[in-house]
Amino acid sequence: MMSVTQPELHDLAAAYALNALDPEDRWTYERHLDTCERCREEVASLREGAAQLAYAYEAPAPRAELRDRILRAAREERPAPVVQFPRWLLPVTAVAAVAASIAAIGLGLWANSLRDKQAPERVVAVNGAPGALIVSGDEGKLVLCLDEAPASKTYEAWVIQGRTPQPAGVFAGGCRTVTLTHPVQDGNTVAVTLENEGGSDTPHGDILASANV
Amino acid sequence: MSEYALALAPVLARRRLKHRSDEELLDAIASGDNDALGALYDRFGRVAYGLAFRILRDQALAEDAVQEAFLAVWRSAEGYRRERAKAATWVLTLVHRRAVDLVRREDRRRGDPLDDAPEAGGPTVDEEADLRDTRAAVQAALTQLPPDQRQALELAYYGGYTQSELAERLGVPLGTIKSRMFAGLARLRELVPEA
Repeated sequence: MMSVTQPELHDLAAAYALNALDPEDRWTYERHLDTCERCREEVASLREGAAQLAYAYEAPAPRAELRDRILRAAREERPAPVVQFPRWLLPVTAVAAVAASIAAIGLGLWANSLRDKQAPERVVAVNGAPGALIVSGDEGKLVLCLDEAPASKTYEAWVIQGRTPQPAGVFAGGCRTVTLTHPVQDGNTVAVTLENEGGSDTPHGDILASANV
Repeated sequence: MSEYALALAPVLARRRLKHRSDEELLDAIASGDNDALGALYDRFGRVAYGLAFRILRDQALAEDAVQEAFLAVWRSAEGYRRERAKAATWVLTLVHRRAVDLVRREDRRRGDPLDDAPEAGGPTVDEEADLRDTRAAVQAALTQLPPDQRQALELAYYGGYTQSELAERLGVPLGTIKSRMFAGLARLRELVPEA
């Protein structure tokens, strides 16, 4: 496995379009794509080329049952299982920031009422979902409301140090308190993604919620 | 709903969705239209399964990959942006990603895909002519690529190897793999006519 420095990031478009990046690089590159319009265009163009490869070889046809199986599974699953948050709150505006901190304080107080007072704690607002991160010493607790995870998926928390995400526990949807299994320090980011059941060593899903410690 | 209406519903849905573009189908899927997901499957299910099977070499795993990919379409069609990618590319990218994730998890990766004979026998009766035409065009494009570029593309795309695994496997510097992939994809993009 290799790690990537900034100037090399631009060389990764082709491998990304082929889904051929090592997991850490994929994660780093996806964060880079968030801020690089030229890279997004390059990936989009290369992907059109990559998708042609899907047609290159003759292959057996799927069994007829597969269509029904997929449609049934889709019907059983709710159409929008990701975080429900009013659309107008999504842009980071002053209004959103205020609303988020109100939610954070509210949830923080609620969380406070759930535990004994020990080390001094800080309440950090969470972006992307209603909730808060409560840091006490190097222990972090996420108090978070998420939709139920889709079948065979689970939420997973990450403590991100620099560019390295460390797994910090898997959990189900609903409103709950999640004690992070990885210590949290100043400057870390705590993030939540949707992963395959059982969790993962490196994140694959998009970041659904995050908090900067 | 009467039994008759129930029996008629799929026929009506098929008629309603027949003339929609792929991109319009994704819009309908985003609004929760299950029939539109069925129509999308009718267009891409075969090539999706063929791709997953080529990567995974196993019927059950290929079916799982296709199912997961179409459920990902169902969940995230709202996030699809047509100015970013053709619908076909978006769907096939999801299928490819699921299949590659699975092949890595199962560690089923096999030797050089170039060594393998194409799967299955001759063309099946029901195979659509345009699928055949597209295949011929892509095959023609692939044969025009320098062999080392083609090898890098095929091992990555069908073999599920990451770029650093490829560098190690082929005994060449990582930078060389990156340029082969880039040059190969860029030429493939040029050579294949717009669908």
